[in-house]
Amino acid sequence: MRRFQIEVPSDPAFLRMVRTAVDTLCAMGGLDEDGRCMIVLAVDEACANIIRHSYGGAADKPIICEGKLEEGAVAFTLRDFGRKVDPGRIQPRDLADVRPGGLGVHFMRKVMDSVEFEDCGAEGTCLTMRKRLPAARKG
Amino acid sequence: MQIETKEMGKATLVHVSGEVDMSNSPKVRDILLGLAKKKAPAILVDLGGVTYMDSSGIATLVEGLQETMGYGGKFRLAALTPKVKQVFDLARLTDVFEIFADLASAQEGL
Repeated sequence: MRRFQIEVPSDPAFLRMVRTAVDTLCAMGGLDEDGRCMIVLAVDEACANIIRHSYGGAADKPIICEGKLEEGAVAFTLRDFGRKVDPGRIQPRDLADVRPGGLGVHFMRKVMDSVEFEDCGAEGTCLTMRKRLPAARKG
Repeated sequence: MQIETKEMGKATLVHVSGEVDMSNSPKVRDILLGLAKKKAPAILVDLGGVTYMDSSGIATLVEGLQETMGYGGKFRLAALTPKVKQVFDLARLTDVFEIFADLASAQEGL
């Protein structure tokens, strides 16, 4: 199984590094550029939400990003050690209400086949997102 | 990400290129809101060189639009790349903005 794990600080300047890793793994999974671009966006938005909400904008906290190619799918898990989030309260906003911000969760849920938040111990949250690969969909 | 502004007749052209994300969208916001504060009559944002845009970039453009509309100015987007168009589609914002295929058509009627 192909996988990677990287740890980056919660500094927006490192988001590009996460995007590159996600794009590389998705290419290994056979996704075309359009498909990769959307998954990269979903993972990027998840990291941005961790920086904003779990870490309150602090730039020196850890984010662990794991990506793996599973049987017929690509999966990404993001682990943070910040303020716990209540999964029930993470909802996309109504898009008819045109205003700046609040689109990240909508993008994540729209792009990925599953988005699951779980409590993972004393601190922080684990977020796992999966997307079926095209060959698996045909089957 | 690079951003440049240029006066073009009645309009102010804002040319953005590269990747727009949470690390640099505040810079785009500063420029757009600065123009809105001066009540620029028309702001044309050329996105032809943008290779990636996240929700913070989209939010910045929404804010620029709303501020400009607030004083009766025009706020137009030009030359969205397919990748950026995909993100606008996802946010269902293609009908909210005035979007033009290229800069020349965006300048018409100003």
